[in-house]
Order: sequence, then C-alpha cells, then structure tokens
Amino acid sequence: MSGYRLSPNAPGGSQIDRSKPLDFTFDGEAYEGFAGDTLASALLASSVDLYGRSFKYHRPRGLLSAGVEEPNALVTLGSGARSEPNTRATVVELFDGLEAKSQNRWPSLGFDVMAVNGLAGPILSAGFYYKTFMGPTAKAWMFYEHFIRKAAGLGAGTKLPDPDRYEEMNAFCDVLVVGSGPAGLMAALTAAGSGARVVLADEQAALGGNLRGSGLSHDLLAKLSAHDGVTLLPRTTVYGYYDDNTLGAVERVADHLPVPAEGQPRERHWTIRAREVVLATGAIERPIVFGDNDKPGVMLADAGRLYVERHGVAPGRQVALFTNNDGAYRSVAALAAAGISIAAIVDARAQISPAARSIADAAGAELLLGQAVTRALGGQQLSGIAVATYDAAAGTSVGTARTIAADCLLVSGGWTPTIHLASQAGGTARWDETLTAFLPGAAHQPWRAAGACNGSLGTAASLAEGAQAGAEAARACGFASSPVSLPAATDEPLADAPLPVWDARPKGGKGKAFVDLQHDVTASDVALAHREGFRSVEHLKRYTTLGMATDQGKTSNIIGLALMARERQLSIPEVGTTRFRPPYTPVSLGALAGQARGGHFRPTRRTALHDWHIANGAEMVEAGLWLRPRIYRQGNETVEQAYVREARQVRESVGMVDVSTLGKIDVQGPDASEFLNRVYSNGFLKLPEGKARYGLMLREDGFLWDDGTTWRLSETQFLMTTTTANAAPVLSQLEFLLAAVWPEMKVAVTSVTEQWAGMAVSGPKSREVLAAALDGIDMSNEALPFMGVRKGHLNGVPVLVARLSFSGELAYEVYCGAHHGESVWTRILEAGKPFGMIPYGVEALGTLRIEKGHVAGPELDGRTTAEDLGLASMVSTKKPFIGSSMYQREGLTDPARLKLVGFVSAKGDKIRPGAHLVSAGDTASPPKSLGHITSTTYSPALEKYIALGLLEDGPNRIGETLVATYPLKNIDVEVEVVSSHFFDPDGSRMHV
Amino acid sequence: MLIPCPHCGPRDLGEFTYGGDATKDRPDPDRATAEDWNDYVFHRDNPRGRHAEYWHHGQGCRLWLKVTRDTVTHKIEGAETVGPAKREGTPS
Repeated sequence: MSGYRLSPNAPGGSQIDRSKPLDFTFDGEAYEGFAGDTLASALLASSVDLYGRSFKYHRPRGLLSAGVEEPNALVTLGSGARSEPNTRATVVELFDGLEAKSQNRWPSLGFDVMAVNGLAGPILSAGFYYKTFMGPTAKAWMFYEHFIRKAAGLGAGTKLPDPDRYEEMNAFCDVLVVGSGPAGLMAALTAAGSGARVVLADEQAALGGNLRGSGLSHDLLAKLSAHDGVTLLPRTTVYGYYDDNTLGAVERVADHLPVPAEGQPRERHWTIRAREVVLATGAIERPIVFGDNDKPGVMLADAGRLYVERHGVAPGRQVALFTNNDGAYRSVAALAAAGISIAAIVDARAQISPAARSIADAAGAELLLGQAVTRALGGQQLSGIAVATYDAAAGTSVGTARTIAADCLLVSGGWTPTIHLASQAGGTARWDETLTAFLPGAAHQPWRAAGACNGSLGTAASLAEGAQAGAEAARACGFASSPVSLPAATDEPLADAPLPVWDARPKGGKGKAFVDLQHDVTASDVALAHREGFRSVEHLKRYTTLGMATDQGKTSNIIGLALMARERQLSIPEVGTTRFRPPYTPVSLGALAGQARGGHFRPTRRTALHDWHIANGAEMVEAGLWLRPRIYRQGNETVEQAYVREARQVRESVGMVDVSTLGKIDVQGPDASEFLNRVYSNGFLKLPEGKARYGLMLREDGFLWDDGTTWRLSETQFLMTTTTANAAPVLSQLEFLLAAVWPEMKVAVTSVTEQWAGMAVSGPKSREVLAAALDGIDMSNEALPFMGVRKGHLNGVPVLVARLSFSGELAYEVYCGAHHGESVWTRILEAGKPFGMIPYGVEALGTLRIEKGHVAGPELDGRTTAEDLGLASMVSTKKPFIGSSMYQREGLTDPARLKLVGFVSAKGDKIRPGAHLVSAGDTASPPKSLGHITSTTYSPALEKYIALGLLEDGPNRIGETLVATYPLKNIDVEVEVVSSHFFDPDGSRMHV
Repeated sequence: MLIPCPHCGPRDLGEFTYGGDATKDRPDPDRATAEDWNDYVFHRDNPRGRHAEYWHHGQGCRLWLKVTRDTVTHKIEGAETVGPAKREGTPS
C-alpha cells in the first residue's frame, strides 16, 4: 500500500494535530506521526505495507480496517514487563516513544521462512491437525504439538509481573448508553434531559462515533456536558452484558500514555448496573471474498474514508473500489475530495443510484457496473486487480478477466450491525433481508437498540431513533419526557442496502480466498467442512475455527454463514447464527483481577497470637486462609530437626500449640442436645454438663465429613469445634438443617471461631504447669478427668479448660477471649519455664498425631468412611443421624475398600505423601496400586520414618512389606505395614 | 444476578452460595426406604425454566432462602426465607 500523509491543505485530518509530532518505532525502525494518530494511521502515512504475518500460512498482511474489528494488524506493544501482545494497531493511540513489534514472523516481517506453509496450503486445511497428528496414539500429538504451536500463533506474552495498577468501579445509573455515534449521543441527551442519570461509554479515544470531529458532535457533546448526572466514558469498552442489567466495561485510563502517571491506574474496570440500556453500538463493514483477498493493499471502504477524514492519510495513490452497495461511494467522495486518484469503481450491481453515479463522475473514475473483482494481484503488495462480469443470479463471476492497476483496493460488502451485546443479553438475532444481516432480536432484559446497531444506517434515522430510545428508556425509569429537538440532518441519498455478493470468484477461481483472515480460514475450508458433515453453524465454527480468533470473526462470521448456506442450498437465517459471548473485544487479565492480586487475592486470617509467634521466631505456613506457626526454628536447624526437637520436648516434658484456627460454633437452645445427636454419628443426648466428646459428622451420602470435640457447657449450651478447613461449611450445613429440615427445633448456632483464642498444653508436665498458671482450679485427675471441661480464671481472665489430647499425652486445651489470648499464652509459658516448656508448631502437632494414628485432613479426604479409618465404633446403629442410611449401602461396606493402617520405613528412607503402595514383586507398568500414603513424618518416639496410609484389605496385611512408589520422582521406599497406633496404643499416657 | 433477600433486600449473587434443588424433602428416617434415600441424595431434575432452589446468604444475614428462578433467562420470581419465620422478597 503506498499510503502517504495528505497535505495540510487537503480536507480531512480532523483528529490529528500536525503541530505535535510524535516519534515511535516499529520493528526497531524509527517513524514519525502526529498527536491523534493511531499506530496504524501513522504507519500508513509512512507508506508501511506489511503489518503482520497470518496465523497459519504466515502470509503477509496489511491493514484491513480502522477499528476494533482488525484481524491482521496485530502487534506487540512495549517491552519488558509492559510488553503487550496482540494489540490492534488500528486502535492503539500513538504516543511519543511508543515501541511496536510485528508478530508471528521469523526471522523478519519481510522475509518469513514459515511462509512455505502457504505452498503446502491444500494439506493445512480445516481439521488438518486433528486428522494428522491425533492418531494413531495420543503420543503423536504430544510430540508434534510443540512444533505446531510454535509455527501457528500470535504474539508472546511476558512472564514478568505486571507493574501497573488496575481499579474497580461500581456504577449505578438510570440509563446506560453504549456507543456515542449519532444514535448514542441523542439517546444520552434525551434521557439526561428528562432527568435520568446517564452513563455514556464509547470504545474510541474521543466521543462522537461516526460523527467524530464534526460540528454536530461538538454541539451535542456540549449540550450533554451541561447536564448534571451525566458520566462520559471515552476509551471505555462495554464488553459484556450480564444478568439483571449488569454490564462489564473496561476504561483504558493510561494506555495512550507511555506509562501511567503517578497514582493513575492503567485500566479501570466498571461494573455498571443500569435500570435501562440503550445499545447504539453501530455496525461493522464486511469485505467480499475473492482470490488472494488478504493481499496487503486490500482495505475496507469505510476504513479508507476514516484514514482520510480523521488522520489526513491517503490509503494509496491509485485506489480502486469494489462494492455491492451505494454507501461505499461515500469513501470515493472523501478520497476524491482529498485529491486521491480513483482508478476504477467495480460495482457488482447492474444499476446504481444517481447520487452514486454523480460521485463516480465527479471523481473521474472508470465505473464498471455488473462486474466483480475476482483476484488481487501482486507480490507482497497489491499491484492490480482482476475484474470480470458478475452473474448475480448464479452468484459467481463469469467470462475472462481484465486487469486494472491499483495499489489500494477498497472493498465494501455491506454492513453488519454490532449486535454482540444484544445477543449476550439473550435476544435471538433476527434476519434482515434488506441489509442481509442479523439485527438484535426481542429483548429479555430492559434494553433497546438504536441506530446502525438496529439496522438504521443513515445519520438522520440514527439521530431520530436515538432520541426515541433515550426518551423511552427515561420513561421506563419513571421520568417524564421533555421534548428534544432533533438536529437538522438530511437523510443519506446513498442507501446501504447491498446486493448479496459473498464470494466473487468464478468457478475454479485462482488464489486463496479468505473468509476469516485472522484464523486463515478459507472459502474452501467452509466447503470442506460441509463435505465432511460439519454443517451446523456450531460445527462449522469448531471444525474450521472460523470466528474463534481474537477478533471473534467481526468481519467474517456472516460471510462464513453465507457460504455454508450456499453449500447447503438454504437461506442464511435457516442456517442460523451462533450466539455471541463476552468479551466483545479482548479484556486484560489485570483489569479483571483489579486489586485482587498478590497478598490481596484473598483475605489472610491471623490468630490472636500471631504477633507473638512472629516476635518469637515462628515460621508461618498457610492453612486455608489462616497463617499458623509451622516451626519455631532454633539456630540453623532444618525443618525436620526443629519439629523433631519440638515433638520430643512435648513427649518428655511439656509444650504448647496455638489451636485458635479450629472452627468453633456456639450451639444453644432447649433442643441443642437432640440436634447434636442427629448431626453426629455418635450419641450426644447423654453427654453430661462439664464433659466433652469427640464426634464424627457424615455427609448425607454416608461418607465421613468432619470431626471435632464438642463440649457441654450447660444443659442448653454446647461449644462445638470443627476442623480448621470445614469451619464455614459445617456452620452453613447446621444452619440449613435448622432452617429446611428441622425448623421445629429450638436451637441457634453462631460462629465463635474468632471470639476465642485456643491453645493446647500437652505433655506429662502440663497438669503442673496449668495448676501453677490458673487461678485455683483443682487440676487433679478426679476433679478434671479425661474429657472434662471446667470454667475458671487465669490472672483474672475467664477461661475454659478442657482435658483433651490430640498428641496422646496428658493434655489440656485452654480457651479465652481472643483479646486476652497473648496474656494467657505468655502466662502459661512463664509457668512452664521450670519444665523447659516450648511453643510448638503444626509440624510437631502433625508428628504427634501421626504417632498416635489420629486422622486429620489427609485422611478425611471425602472418599473415606468411618469404617475405613477404624472409627466404626463411633457410628451408632441405634439412632438415625445425617448419613446413617447411606452409611450402610453396599459400596461403603465392601470389604475390599482401602483401610487406614500405619507404615514404617524399612530401610530408613523418607516416605513421600501421595506415594502409591504396590507389591514388591509387581513388575507391571504401571504396577497395581493397592492404596496410597496420606501423612508422613519422622517419629522421634520410634526413631523411624513413619506414615499413615489407606491400603486395600489393610488390617489383614499387617506385617507385610510393600513398596511406596512415587514414579514422578523415581522414588521407591520399602515400607512395613503396621497398626496405625504407633505409639502408646492403649492410651495410658493421656489417662494419668 | 440479584437475589431479593427478604431480610436484606436485593443483593448481588456474590454474597450467596447455591444450596441445590429445593423441591426435595428429606425423607423421614423412620419410614424411608433405601430407594427414598437414593432419590433424595442422588437424583436431581435439570428443569428448563421455572425452578425452586436453595440459596444461602452466607455473606449477609446468613438466612437460607428458597428462590424461584428461571434456569433459561435467570429471571428470579421471588425468594422466601426457609425456616420457622417465613418472609418473602420480590425482585424490585
């Protein structure tokens, strides 16, 4: 394309400021443009022809459009952490110092070795990858995939963290107007005039749409700005239409700047809840298919006009037009007015309007009626076109072609209304025979369409429709309409109704004929899909990937449907269309993530003792949202040395661990004990006051769900504890049962997890420590027996003390109000000083419980039953409870189920959690899995590596030797099957 | 999607958790057969159109709601609290 910048004296260039030159680079080469240019217009002004290589065939590609629909000119912007691939050069606003690189070419844009794919064209047709590389085994695809992905593709993203900030906004308005062309401006003005709160959003750099730069748009925008309660959002794409009239939009706050200003977000995501929506989203011009229609130099007709009128750039020196409608003559008029030579006008219609003819005459262009362009000629750049007679009845060219020299061909195949948002909102598109296009269907949500989006392509009609839509929307919100005078605009003498011309080639015409330029889908791919039976629009789309590129087929979908309709000998509406999905144009992940990144991705929960842990050298570990001390490392201990030391100290003397993260639910009411009795699998009716009981909860399907101790504080009050992970789901389930299943029960449940700080004091010296720390509680075995609960005080602070043991040692849990947590914790540690008391972390906690064979999260994995884990005696057969019926079903009582057992490493090797258990002599690949390892530790008590695991027929295999295998790391460890109660199996230590 | 919570007013979907089909009643454990339990635990219709569902307002009043919703259009007809004190909400 021999584009060039028009002289300042020529009409046009409304958006650029020639007094503000900007420097930028493309593929390392320096260029100059003006403020108000897009990257595309500035490159076109510098006579750049090549913008990228195509996805599959690596064919050279130029500019097709001047807007968001651009399929070809995708570039990578910026460098380093701000590098952004696949941006459309046609919508990138130029700034000083902009760096852009072309994509999908190697070694350079001008010379691409992969272009040889184009020679292999026939074999790279639709479904080629599936047919060739998927069979006969999956391994073939695994081998080829890497090479294929490298050869076919778009730009590469950066792996560096995003340095920019993104904001989230929630907006509420009466009327949201999407699009600020004539219809959108009038809709916003009319609604605002009635008193409605209006948001007007437009994806372009300035408001005005097709009126951008005109006196009319200045007038209307000035009037609009005078209204209070109007929010104008330029550079804002409304990309998604969701339920309850909620729309998603992204405002590009700083993408037109080299870097965002201090404190400025790069993009702002808007969630807009509108009572009424006016869709004034315009229409997108579509091309016509002919041979080599992807040749650089082939451009949409209206894009040619926009480059002249907005940017003062001529798309070529010898321009031809190929059209099937009158509207495209506007482009001829604009180019001719700017002094650009029009070589020929090729119009497929035999008759055109007098207005069109006078434009052609004024331009001095040769007018070829009833003819069509059959092929684009030239090498990497258009040098001419082949033109032949068009047989409208047959829908194909006939006869011999004549050649006309041209360096730019403007093409118009008519207009496709932008119905994406309407389609997302649920309306089924309706076919319009005059425009040969789909229009918005019936609205399921409160929106109305106006202007080109609604099929009214003329300015006067759009203004009127916009005003009406704005008035109706305001009225629907309850505002009395106030009349707004329509600006004077004469209706276009150039009607946009096209002659349906989809594929202008003669039968057997030469050259590749592209339907979807971005995904390299050709007309023959559509025919192939039809031959191979992929005929429904959904199959066509998936088999050929038509419309599935980043442009979502904005210029190609309708042509694809038309070609399939031709193959099937049906009408286009009979073939149908696919439904549009969000987003309308690509949305950056940063905008969607907003502030929810890094540590702000989700909340962090800290216990009341958190600061003490940090101050005392704890290394913290995540447990769900919680942070818990993992170990309190001393010197240069390893993790294993630290937890072994901590666990040993507990068994030998005494230690204390923060258990505040356990879920705690206050259960109160006259029916509380009956309620618990139905919720737990074991009995709770007869639990006496001042006693705690370990309970199991099942799911309705009979599997084990959660465990914990529940303490009876009074006749009608219990304190239930749950596992850390299930605290929230258990509360929700209890609330559900009380609301939906047993509404007659008088019970209230409340989460008190964060109200209590909890600490477990464990070890043979724990009784002496607490006797010294607490204010006069009788700690004797008689006064506070195993599972006993007492209320008391510590330094005057009210506490609950329960004699519970997770470690297998004599142990107590002390609960106090969260705000007293640290004072109670430090007082107990002080009392423990004479015994060498230490704090211990969750690693040692795990070691101690594994040595005892107590189950925790890794064993309660949602696939195990109480019986699997050796807890069958905790499941009552005398009462119904949640899960009682399903617990008995066949699959759960199958003797072949995996059962909990213990393992000891036979040769002193570490055992990996997740390792599978196999027979030592099993040489099959892979060997038969007999079960798996769930929890592992080094046991200071046994001085061996031990593990818990689930094993087929486990209890009957005790004494056998198996292999715990971890093929991903090639680790095999010989293990001996033992009872899961490694240490003190009769529990004598905790009953002292 | 906005759910008209009878206690809190219309609230965004993000505050709620889906609780499943509200047309199933838990069988009476004294009389139910294995088939009854099988049906209650595992069998769910997948209706096109009007459907009664449980939703839990976990990030709000913590009440369980029975919501009548069209599974095609997502339009919500109304919501009522589940439990002893029944209250109703209608979309604004």
